Amino acid sequence: MEPFFNFSVISDNFTYFMIGRFPHGPLGGVGLTLYLAVASCILSFFGGMILGLLSISRFRAVRLPALAFINLVRGMPLLMVIFWMYFLMPALFGKVAENNTVIMALTLFTSAYMSRIVVAGIEGIPKGQTEAALSTGLSSWQVMIYIVLPQGMRNMIPSFVNQFVSLIKDTSLAFIVGVSEMTHVATQINNRTMAFPTEIFIFIAFVYFILCYAFTSLSRWLEGRLSWSKAM
Amino acid sequence: MLTYTFDWSIITSGQYFDWLVSGLLTTLKLSAISIVLAFILGLIIAVMRMSHNRPVRWFALAYLEFFRNTPLLVQLFFWYFGSYKILPTAVNDWLVSTNFEFAAAATALTIYTSAFIAEDIRSGVLSIPKEQMEASRSAGFSYLRSMQYIILPQAVRITIPPLVNQFLNVAKNSSLAMTIGVMEMTYQARQVESYTFKGFEAFTAATVVYLALSIIITSLVNLYNEKVLSVHKAT
Repeated sequence: MEPFFNFSVISDNFTYFMIGRFPHGPLGGVGLTLYLAVASCILSFFGGMILGLLSISRFRAVRLPALAFINLVRGMPLLMVIFWMYFLMPALFGKVAENNTVIMALTLFTSAYMSRIVVAGIEGIPKGQTEAALSTGLSSWQVMIYIVLPQGMRNMIPSFVNQFVSLIKDTSLAFIVGVSEMTHVATQINNRTMAFPTEIFIFIAFVYFILCYAFTSLSRWLEGRLSWSKAM
Repeated sequence: MLTYTFDWSIITSGQYFDWLVSGLLTTLKLSAISIVLAFILGLIIAVMRMSHNRPVRWFALAYLEFFRNTPLLVQLFFWYFGSYKILPTAVNDWLVSTNFEFAAAATALTIYTSAFIAEDIRSGVLSIPKEQMEASRSAGFSYLRSMQYIILPQAVRITIPPLVNQFLNVAKNSSLAMTIGVMEMTYQARQVESYTFKGFEAFTAATVVYLALSIIITSLVNLYNEKVLSVHKAT
């Protein structure tokens, strides 16, 4: 048993860890992890906004299906959502690239969680604002878009950043359907070299940690800056 | 394209049904073991995090930040593939002779979850008025004894709802154990799919099980909130 760590396996494969075979082949590694996280984050921002607004609609026929969908997704493990997408997307849309399957799964999953943030943000705005805006003659949609959402966004932003941190961690599950993001690259290199699993997994844990911790700190900083108590 | 014929009978009886049931049992066993251990570990880390001893506090903080900011899957792979280099040979031999996949999954889930539980417990403790600690210290209890007899018993009662939710998270997160070959619910659903090509039925079965688990547990939390916490608030 080799008692000492040998991190040369990291430096030998550093570019592969970071961007895969990017300039000459598909993007992989940390680059793909970030691409998946950013793409799903942007999509689930809109998804969460739509789901959140639907789930507090006045109309039962709109509200109940939205709530049912949100609770369905929140009750499932992400892995299950990925398998469902992996299995259903080709049946519905023909051939779909694995990257897009994973982005779809992450978007569906995260939208359900983001919708709760949106609802909490909207509910944090005093009722009086809505009433005042309605009494000036704005329609209820205009009240939502021009008055409530812009203010609610202040409270939502730190939670959105936290959700992005979860997304970065969740992209590691893309490994299971063969998308060559960071965790997949790590298992590939581990399978090829065989002898350095400890070093490899410590290294990628460290990379994930740096990425996530940066955004966790950002969210804490934003929370302090954007909080209502300070703004008032 | 829509030539798929449903065959629900394969998952309601026979061999595949047995697989799914054994998957559910493994999921429950793995989650139960992990949540109990994670609670104990989380309690220790939470107390360390609030300690007045700086190195102890910093260690707890580093622990929390590190394990909350790395993916569970990577931690799982670390314990499964990479732990042999940091463990003594005797422990390794023992682990390989037992159900190593299960042990690695339980370790990863325990440590990952303990970081979240520690934060839940800490916010429970912070909600206990500071005077209680001061009063018990002035009555002659040491810091640890005040925690043990005065603060934690009250804090844990407040922390029960988030803890139960953590159990739900563990049950869902335990699906990742399939990647290292623990035959839990998702693994078995996947297995049934590969044997029968009836993915729709197999995944529906697993989804229904997870949903049922989540509905039962969420209702229990709501019941507890209504019955227990509101009573304590009233008195």
